[in-house]
Amino acid sequence: MTYQATGEGGGVAAPSGIDAVLAWVKGPAKAVGWTIVSVGLFALLWEFLWLVGLADPKLLPPPHIFMGNITEQAQYFNTAQRWQIGADPNAGPTPYEAVWITIISSTMRVLVGLFLAAVISITVGIAIRYWKMMENLTLPTITLLAPVSPIAWLPVAIFLFGIGNAPAIFMVFIALFFTMTLATITQIDSVNQNYINVARTMGASKRQIYTRVILPAILPGLLVVLRLNLFGAWMVVLIAEATGVGYGLGQVIMLARNTFNPGLVFFTIVIIGLLGFFFDFGLRMAQKRLLYWLPKGAGSLG
Amino acid sequence: MSTSVSCKNVGKIWAAGTPRAHEALRGVDLEVEDGEFVVLLGPSGCGKSTLLYLVAGLEEATSGEMSSFGQSITDPAPDRSLIFQETSLFPWLSVWQNVTFGLSLGSISDKERKEIATEVLTKVGLRAALDKRPHELSGGMRQRVAVARALAMEPKVLLMDEPFAALDVQTRAKMQDFLLDVWRDAKASVLFVTHHIDEAVALADRVVVFTSRPGTIKEIVPVNLPRPRDPFAPEAQDLRKHLTAILSEEVDKAFAEQEALA
Repeated sequence: MTYQATGEGGGVAAPSGIDAVLAWVKGPAKAVGWTIVSVGLFALLWEFLWLVGLADPKLLPPPHIFMGNITEQAQYFNTAQRWQIGADPNAGPTPYEAVWITIISSTMRVLVGLFLAAVISITVGIAIRYWKMMENLTLPTITLLAPVSPIAWLPVAIFLFGIGNAPAIFMVFIALFFTMTLATITQIDSVNQNYINVARTMGASKRQIYTRVILPAILPGLLVVLRLNLFGAWMVVLIAEATGVGYGLGQVIMLARNTFNPGLVFFTIVIIGLLGFFFDFGLRMAQKRLLYWLPKGAGSLG
Repeated sequence: MSTSVSCKNVGKIWAAGTPRAHEALRGVDLEVEDGEFVVLLGPSGCGKSTLLYLVAGLEEATSGEMSSFGQSITDPAPDRSLIFQETSLFPWLSVWQNVTFGLSLGSISDKERKEIATEVLTKVGLRAALDKRPHELSGGMRQRVAVARALAMEPKVLLMDEPFAALDVQTRAKMQDFLLDVWRDAKASVLFVTHHIDEAVALADRVVVFTSRPGTIKEIVPVNLPRPRDPFAPEAQDLRKHLTAILSEEVDKAFAEQEALA
């Protein structure tokens, strides 16, 4: 998975006073500006292809068509209850509420899965380096399972959890857990030996070395790993939802496929793209907050 | 005077017993008096840093006996502080938190910590940097903070591994003066590793010259120059000439070895 750092013009030393405020506003404003230009260009190209008749609106409806009839698209976003046999098709939430329920459900699955995977894999990774026996017992299995595609776990998710939130969360977790555990171990191994030696000469115990030196030292790298895996989490959650969790953005895409509704596909893709974008933005903010000690532009993507 | 560091027939083989085994030190005998400034001088890779790590207790000697003030060296101890070439300050801690990191491992209140930090940072002339972060400091300032951190542990032995190697020439000269002040004040003995002859002559009571691969002591040269030292005094020039001569023999030998390998 590759990731392009957005051009933020970071690394510029902050001047003082009004200049500093201006510079502070300028940075994000510039980034937002270029984002709009970039997306706008892409949409324009698409519209142009439609105008000259190269993009068939039945197969590749341009943005003004699939974004123009949001009301119509919204009715396809449905919650599980409405699909249940015997339920009144007009009962339950309105189409717009349904869109939000769908978005929040998928987001929640991504967040819970990501959180569980992060906490457990960091814990396991540290434990593997802390206790040799832990490494002997678990690392071979983890390394063996790491390259298995999450798709292969899909039947397992359904066998174990049926349908609902649990299998989707499980899928996100399983897709991230192995690689994040290995990434944690790599991060621990690359901690500057001087840091550890300093702590040792000052009489730090093994536990203190892990909690006071290794943990803060690996945090920047772990947050980058987390950000990269965020996109992976979104990909996996769609697959899980598409195959029978009940409802969610992936299920909407599957519905669009089955009903031959390309407009709905693109509409959902826009939603997913925006969600991923804002998630990444949020994590980047969290990164800045948490990693206050890093000089601007160092040790992180973007 | 008591002996602050004593090495008897010390040897170190890295990765002993494996095909990659590599002998770094052999038969090193060295006694450092309490309060003495000893410089370990030698070509790169001669094992002088290895000796420092052994004295620090970070690595175990393969053979021989090592002790500090009569106590055999088995583990790192806070009274033997090590200062590294590269920045070893924790970037996630402020300067004062870095300086008192060692104290924070025990049960000492933050207030007390800050008092001690203020005291030692005043000694190294960096009181104003108390709340700064390491990345906001220059290379020379960072090394002064590293010295302050060592001083906060009230060490009896200061171990320094080419601490000024990454600094420019002017800063380096300043730092040497600064170190001598600190040394006089702290009354600790210093084991200082360098490959810089000028630095050795400027600082040392005795210069220990190492041979390369495996590192053995080639010669121990006493430096009986009055302090503060004049680097252009004829005695200093002679000493430099002498050290250059014995060191270049070793460098030639190392080169010949490398060529034979190539």
